[in-house]
Amino acid sequence: MRDNPILRVTAKILFAPIIVFGLYVQFHGDYGPGGGFQAGVIIAAAFILHALIFGLEAGRRLVPGWANLAMLAGGVIVYGGVGVAGMMLDGLFLDYNVLSYDASKGQHYGIILVEFGVGLTVTGVMLALFHAFAGFAEAHYRAGGGASADNEGGE
Amino acid sequence: MHILPALVICIVAGLLLIVAAIELPPVGDPSAAPHVHVAPRYLEESGSFLHIPNVVTTVLASYRGFDTFGETVVVFTAGLGVLVLLAGKTRTALRRRDDASGQPGEKGGGDA
Repeated sequence: MRDNPILRVTAKILFAPIIVFGLYVQFHGDYGPGGGFQAGVIIAAAFILHALIFGLEAGRRLVPGWANLAMLAGGVIVYGGVGVAGMMLDGLFLDYNVLSYDASKGQHYGIILVEFGVGLTVTGVMLALFHAFAGFAEAHYRAGGGASADNEGGE
Repeated sequence: MHILPALVICIVAGLLLIVAAIELPPVGDPSAAPHVHVAPRYLEESGSFLHIPNVVTTVLASYRGFDTFGETVVVFTAGLGVLVLLAGKTRTALRRRDDASGQPGEKGGGDA
């Protein structure tokens, strides 16, 4: 789909606003509809659109496998880290009140950090699934494609 | 046959679920147990106590933080499981491709 100028230009125009909208949904979760789960899917959608238009290779270059795995695990670590930080500060696990001098401020910090962790994990999982399925299909296509497909794959 | 025990388990579990569903309170019943236990306290206090206007977020991330932590771990585990399964399959396919390209390479040379 790289050869179609309409798709290419549209993807280039939409890529950044989709991510900005995802970040808005992520960090506006305290005040309006939104949160980590929705924002993670929206941000992942931007990268999936990029990979659909510019090819799987470009998508892999944009988000390498190690970064993807780091996002996957990093979100859970951030979430758990907030919980453990509460314990360190003489609170209970996932007790946000002790994160700041003011209980309501601590709740704000805790919720934003926790939602960030959720968003990170969801983005990582969506991207990893897309790359895994697309790479799986690509590998099978090449494996079943016969000698000519092998030659194309080798180049 | 192996299908018989599985069938019995499925039917028994399904019947149990249906019986449990019959016992559920009607949708929108204001006197249902979940609506009179802690939900009113969350709705009334979250604004004044936590100073966060979105009740959905406070319940999701603060009051039910443990639950959401579990959800995140579930998403993480599911993603990791699919990755492990598909990465293995992809590697198998690539190896098969390499094996196949080794043999037909000679064959292709013979044909040409």
